[in-house]
Amino acid sequence: MADEALFQFLHNELIQYVYKSSEQCEMENARCITKLENVGFRVGQGLIERFTKDTARFKDELDIMKFICKDFWTSVFKKQIDNLRTNHQGIYVLQDNKFRLLSQLSAGKQYLEHAPKYLAFTCGLVRGGLSHLGVKSIVTAEVSLMPACKFQVMIQKM
Amino acid sequence: MAVCIAVVAKENYPLYIRSVSSDSELKFHYTVHTSLDVVEEKVSAVGKVLVDQRELYLGLLYPTEDYKVYGYVTNSKVKFVIVVDSANTSLRDNEIRSMFRKLHNSFTDVMCNPFYNPGDPIQSKAFDSMVSSMMVQTF
Repeated sequence: MADEALFQFLHNELIQYVYKSSEQCEMENARCITKLENVGFRVGQGLIERFTKDTARFKDELDIMKFICKDFWTSVFKKQIDNLRTNHQGIYVLQDNKFRLLSQLSAGKQYLEHAPKYLAFTCGLVRGGLSHLGVKSIVTAEVSLMPACKFQVMIQKM
Repeated sequence: MAVCIAVVAKENYPLYIRSVSSDSELKFHYTVHTSLDVVEEKVSAVGKVLVDQRELYLGLLYPTEDYKVYGYVTNSKVKFVIVVDSANTSLRDNEIRSMFRKLHNSFTDVMCNPFYNPGDPIQSKAFDSMVSSMMVQTF
C-alpha cells in the first residue's frame, strides 16, 4: 500500500527533525516527546471529526474505546487493536502485536531505547481523538518486545 | 432556506452564528440560546425514547409562532441549530437533514484546517459561502 509507506516515512522524518532542531537550541529530550505528542493531539482531533461524521452516537466510554480499537485503528494503521483490556474503573490497555510504525525498526530488543520517540505521536493521536469526543485522558505507551506495544489510557474524571 | 444558522461548541458558546437580517439578529441569538436547553434534554433523555439515541439529527426542537427550530448534535458534542420561517411550509424533513449534512461536512473541513484552533470562532470563507447558499436570499 503506497499511502501507508508515505505516512511512515513522513513520521520518521518528523521525529528526526524535532530531535535535530532540539539539539541546535539545547532543548531537553522530554520536550521533544511532548512536542510530538501535541502534534498527534491536533491531528487526532481533526481525524476523529472526519471519522465520526457518519457513525451513530456513542452510548458510553466503552463504546468510544471500542470505536478507537476497531474503526479508528483500521483507518489509520490498516489493522485493528489485537487486545483491549479494562479494569472498568477508567483504565484501558490497548495491545497491538505488530505496530505498523515500529515494524520497520526491529523485530526484537534492538533499538528498544528509541521506541518511545516513535510512539509519542500515536499517544497524542489517541488522546486528541478521545478529548474531541469529550473524554479527558492520559495516554502512555510501553514496549518490551518490538514490534508489539501497549497503549495505556487513563480516563480523567472531572 | 434558513433564516438563521448557528454552530455551538461543546461548552455551549457560539462558534458561528449568522442571521439573514441584522435588525432581528438579537432575537435569533436569543432563540438559539433557548434552543440549547431543548437540545440538552433530547440528548440526555434517559429511559425515554424521545429521539433515536443512535441518531445525530434531532429534528424539530420547538416551534414558535413565527419560526421553527431544528437541531443536530455531532459525536464531538458540537451543536448545529437551524431556524426557518414557519410560513415556509415547503421545506421537508429530508431537506433539513441534507442542510445539516452539508453543515457537518463543511465543519469537518474547518476542523481539519491546520490554521484553525478548535474552540476559536469559525472564520473560514468556504464555510461562510456554504452557509450563505443555505440562507434565505434577501435583496
